[in-house]
Amino acid sequence: MTTDFAQFFIDSSPDLINGLGYTLLLTFISIAAGFFLGILLALGRVYGNKIINGLCVGYIEIIRGTPLLVQLFIIYFGLPAIGIIFTPIQAALIGLSINSGAYQAEYLRGAIQSVEAGQMTAARSLGMNKLQSIRHVVLPQALRIAIPSWSNEFIYLLQYSSIAYIIQVTELTAEGKFIAAHTFRYLEIFTMIAIIYLVLTIVSSEIIDRIAKRLSIPGVGAAKGIGQRNT
Amino acid sequence: MAMLDVKNIHKSYDDNEILRGVSFTMEKEETKVIIGPSGTGKSTLLRCINQLSPPDAGEVWLDGEEITNPATNINKIREKIGFVFQDFNLFTHLTALRNVSIGLEKVKGMEKETARKRAMDELCRVGLDAQTKQYPAQLSGGQKQRVGIARALAMDPDIILFDEPTSALDPELIGDVLDVMKSLCGKVAMLVVTHEMGFARNVADEIIFMEGGVIVESGPPKEMFTNAKTQRAKEFLGRIGALYGGG
Ligand SMILES: Nc1ncnc2c1ncn2[C@@H]1O[C@H](COP(=O)(O)OP(=O)(O)OP(=O)(O)O)[C@@H](O)[C@H]1O
Ligand SMILES: [Mg+2]
Repeated sequence: MTTDFAQFFIDSSPDLINGLGYTLLLTFISIAAGFFLGILLALGRVYGNKIINGLCVGYIEIIRGTPLLVQLFIIYFGLPAIGIIFTPIQAALIGLSINSGAYQAEYLRGAIQSVEAGQMTAARSLGMNKLQSIRHVVLPQALRIAIPSWSNEFIYLLQYSSIAYIIQVTELTAEGKFIAAHTFRYLEIFTMIAIIYLVLTIVSSEIIDRIAKRLSIPGVGAAKGIGQRNT
Repeated sequence: MAMLDVKNIHKSYDDNEILRGVSFTMEKEETKVIIGPSGTGKSTLLRCINQLSPPDAGEVWLDGEEITNPATNINKIREKIGFVFQDFNLFTHLTALRNVSIGLEKVKGMEKETARKRAMDELCRVGLDAQTKQYPAQLSGGQKQRVGIARALAMDPDIILFDEPTSALDPELIGDVLDVMKSLCGKVAMLVVTHEMGFARNVADEIIFMEGGVIVESGPPKEMFTNAKTQRAKEFLGRIGALYGGG
């Protein structure tokens, strides 16, 4: 039985590794793209004029008010109707990035707003312009404050990137389904996949924790979690 | 021509007129102390001077330049106006040294190493040679405020505005900060909002008594303490002298 399981694991591993690659690709690209999008949206919300703020709120509310799955369907199955065609992986990357951007924007906005107003005042009094004050004073503090929520978002993406299998991305979960469909060994394959996700989650939160510790500064970012998705 | 010329400043918040026509001048290297009851607009006046809260009416001139004119580059002007805050407002993510050098680097465009040396000098000047690597959270209130003063000084300002620099400090820490301020006397102009009457008496060239958004009376400390003309100034100085007296 054990040797049989080991053999099955070895036979499946090329497919699983392939799937794992896509899962990591989806996670890393969308967390990074979502981060840059999130910063822009958060800055727009906090410092933008009425119009910019309104546009950012609109984006964030639309994305957060609709299911990720529906967003992916619109991008992959819907857009071709108006001549915009993406491959499955492109569609998934775009969908996850714009989705994560909206959530990250809210964590970052909370973090920016939790930086004391006096910090901006002091920076402006020194002669820094608004952009310099944001860049050199507010953001370095806000980003540290946002790390716990950001860590949650990373783990969320890691796990929920599995939704991309529905639009034919051969990430980890899709590979599992493929293998199971041929072997009927659902329990074993999905147990294996569950373990892989579990290990990835533990390892990545450990890594992020260490980075957070290295970046931590006494007196900055003591607040735990500005907000996070309910997973 | 005076170095700082504040002309008929008015400032309202909503329907509340906080400053109702404030005028005074300051010469180079002069020290003036502003006193007055809480809510009178002392902080508002300081914030009007460096345009953190631009006045509704009136003018502020510094070195012959009208800084209330929307066409002036206010960031350039603020380099010349230091500000020391009641609650310090040190940059919490930066060490004492970086708190002082960041303005030199990012605003004055100084080389990192030159800025570091200059910041070192300023921190020595306020007696913090041993604390340069510490973060604000690791400093005492008195040390924080001295970093705040060093941060302002490093920019080589014409004038430093102090908004109750010792009000948030434990009594035993006030002395260190006042000593640093005294040592600056005659080297840079200082406009100080404070209740420290000892400092006002011994260091100020002039005391400005504000109430209800206007300057009620001003004059040299000797005159103000012994011979104030207005009843209000007399009362206030008497009351506050009893509270914060000292030499
Ligand atoms: N940003 C603001 N918005 C609305 N009202 C304000 C604002 N800043 C100050 N005020 C009001 O202006 C008045 C004067 O405030 P200010 O802080 O200038 O007084 P102050 O003389 O410095 O008093 P204190 O001695 O208590 O510091 C107060 O009534 C205050 O509530
Ligand atoms: Mg005040």
